[in-house]
Amino acid sequence: MVRLEKRPQPSKKWIYLTPIVAVVATMIAGGIMFAILGKDPFEAIRTIFWDPLFNEQFAAYSRPQLLVKAAPLILIAIGLSLGFRAGIWNIGAEGQYIMGAIFGAAVGLAFYPTESWIIFPLMVIAGAIGGLLWAMIPGVLRVYFRTNEILVSLLLVYVAEFILASMSLGLLRNPEGAGFPGSRNFKSYASAHNAELIAGTGMHWGVVAAFIAVIFAYVLLAKHMLGFQIRLTGEAPRAARFGGVNPARLILFCLGTSGALAGLAGLFEVSGPSGQISIDFNVGYGFTAIIVAFLGRLHPVGILLAGLLMALTYIGGELASLMLGIPAAAIQAFQGMLLFFLLAVDVLTNYRVSFGKAEVA
Amino acid sequence: MTTALLEIEGLTKAYPGVVANDHVTFTINEGEVHALLGENGAGKSTLVKMIYGLVKPDAGTMRLRGAAFTPPEPRAARADGIAMVFQHFSLFEALDVAENIALGMENPPKMRDLAAQISKVSEEYGLPLDPFRTVGDLSAGERQRVEIIRCLLQNPKLLIMDEPTSVLTPQEVDILFKTLEQLRSEGTSILYISHKLDEIRRLCDTATILRLGKKVDTCNPREESVRTMAEMMVGGTLHVPERVPHAQGDVALEINNLSVPSPLQFGTSLKEIKLKVHKGEVLGVGGVAGNGQDELTAALSGEVVSASGAILLHGKSVGHLPPQSRRAMGILAAPEERLGHAAAPNMSLTENALLTANVRKKMARKGFLNWAAAKDYAKDVIRDFDVRTPGPENAARSLSGGNLQKFVIGREILQKPDVLVVNQPTWGVDASAAADIRQALLDLAGEGAAIIVISQDLDELMEISDRFAALNGGRLTEPVPAKGLTVDQIGLMMGGAHDMEVAHHGAA
Repeated sequence: MVRLEKRPQPSKKWIYLTPIVAVVATMIAGGIMFAILGKDPFEAIRTIFWDPLFNEQFAAYSRPQLLVKAAPLILIAIGLSLGFRAGIWNIGAEGQYIMGAIFGAAVGLAFYPTESWIIFPLMVIAGAIGGLLWAMIPGVLRVYFRTNEILVSLLLVYVAEFILASMSLGLLRNPEGAGFPGSRNFKSYASAHNAELIAGTGMHWGVVAAFIAVIFAYVLLAKHMLGFQIRLTGEAPRAARFGGVNPARLILFCLGTSGALAGLAGLFEVSGPSGQISIDFNVGYGFTAIIVAFLGRLHPVGILLAGLLMALTYIGGELASLMLGIPAAAIQAFQGMLLFFLLAVDVLTNYRVSFGKAEVA
Repeated sequence: MTTALLEIEGLTKAYPGVVANDHVTFTINEGEVHALLGENGAGKSTLVKMIYGLVKPDAGTMRLRGAAFTPPEPRAARADGIAMVFQHFSLFEALDVAENIALGMENPPKMRDLAAQISKVSEEYGLPLDPFRTVGDLSAGERQRVEIIRCLLQNPKLLIMDEPTSVLTPQEVDILFKTLEQLRSEGTSILYISHKLDEIRRLCDTATILRLGKKVDTCNPREESVRTMAEMMVGGTLHVPERVPHAQGDVALEINNLSVPSPLQFGTSLKEIKLKVHKGEVLGVGGVAGNGQDELTAALSGEVVSASGAILLHGKSVGHLPPQSRRAMGILAAPEERLGHAAAPNMSLTENALLTANVRKKMARKGFLNWAAAKDYAKDVIRDFDVRTPGPENAARSLSGGNLQKFVIGREILQKPDVLVVNQPTWGVDASAAADIRQALLDLAGEGAAIIVISQDLDELMEISDRFAALNGGRLTEPVPAKGLTVDQIGLMMGGAHDMEVAHHGAA
């Protein structure tokens, strides 16, 4: 008989091992799924994990994509992880990402066609404020009216999507766009364009911001009182109150920070890789970032690695559906397996498996 | 002449790294109340789990009425007439009493018949209980009755009770003891596990004392004093807290008409509490659990704020201040619930040291933490209060209850507070550790701190308090000198007879 025994304290070894075990298990289960679909599992796994980085034919295109895709994931996931650590569940980063993009883009477009170095920094600030305000809605509602921030933040994603559609069809539509939906393209507006900093690497300001966020979060959680309070609130809310944590302030800080970072991610995306506000601007970074946050164990360095891994499966998945004809749904299922296995294996950090007859010690 | 019911011979059980029971031999006679005594970790729990079939012994034999007795599982033990009431109840709050009892039965009868049986047993043994009440609405004492009646329905020959009075009020203890005495007179044997030596002297016929897994002695508790039994338990002379007499100091803490609604749904609101605590004084606050103890602790620690003038520290208003500001000024507190309230279970002792000591011990500068200082402080607490743990990096939940309690109390005492509020400071702590904690509190008072000890252990309060007051429905009685108070007077105070019977003792 197999049983789970609670460990006296969480296993240090398994905290680091679980993500690796989860990735391996995902490869095995995913491989079986690909085999059932009639594809060569080894080739499929290789196409997803290896080819985007090292295949001579594709790497030149897909290597820069790695940073482009990973940056928003990491930026959003870092913000989410602060709240998740404290037991504050912002599920609506996608909406905050959209609102950040709209706010930032609107500021940039308002200056068009003036050229000045100040425009891009202003857009960055506006993007952060857009995400922050959108996240403050569930925050304020929770603090003052005890609503559930999971529901409110999630539902606000759909509201944000409608605002996005309205903006691309109305207020922010390109007046010279022959009536097509979508704003002006920032690629042709130098002062507002979030261009590649080093050509051919995918490195743009969003990547820089993501790295800064990782360092900031690391210092906050490891060295600062506020980070300690965040962890304490997540571990033991009553002890946190006893220790002098103000829960309302903490909720607003966590939701505000995650909203601002998601807004920044949206701004860097709209002014760079995407280039314009359009109806289908958002592609789910805000939701995928939830997986990234957990895959990275809610730890800043873990999130950095998890963001890169997740970006890899995105790019590799696209490549696999292009080259091998694997359906996009199968790729999504593959990514879902990653979270599933991670949460399943996670049990091992707090419990140990023992074999043999049950006995109450 | 008594006959043996259960003979235990050479029972041994080892776990990796520790021998929980080492050749334990004793006999429980028919119709006797047999006490099993020992400090935390002495092996009492393992022993009764072997009798109840939860744990298999490595060596040794048990004989029940002369026949070999090796229960492979609790069901077999129950079939042989062994019943057990655990310290922690296993009841479903959403179900009613009869449903809960039916769940534990092999072949439950019809609900109506079962309810009739429950009513009959509860009447017979003086354990009032309505079979159709929802368990969630019952007090701890009533929940225990559900467990006891569940056992009695099996007509047990041996009833095992693990720390049954730790959750009971004095009145409920009386009811329980009457029931147990009735069972004894009917020939049922009882194996009674407890820390409370007074109770054992009152109730038990024989006591077997375990220390570090070995049986060290058997005695007749009626012929021993509490002190001699405690010394058998710890295997040395027990240190009884002493206090140095002192003159009454200035008022350190003053509470004026403190009224606070309870933050908890089923909590008790504090009503117009008035109190003055002097420097160097220990004020004991008694009362039946749930009469505002947690709320008073929270109102003083700052977890719940009140009108600013309701609480004065050295004449300065602090009622409106949050916990950290109060700590900075010198009011410290230790709540009752160790895991999850006084300490974060999954965090290390270093982090838990930081939890309350960061202000007074300056563990942060401009918000940036000085982990080395926190770790050093955790080490100081571990050393000075003899906390048994491999080191400060261990999680709070890995400590035993008594050790964690020593850490939590020590963490506050070493910060040299002006006012210290402790709620149930020795709850679930073994005798020698409890004596250490009480001594530490008295020493702190000797250094001039004002101490409020909130406890349900009246012996403890009488031992260390200068003055005594009782909480009753969120109101606090006028404090009276503790010396010379009789149990009757205390009972009246707890029952809410404000200033009636106790008035002639002269309010302080």
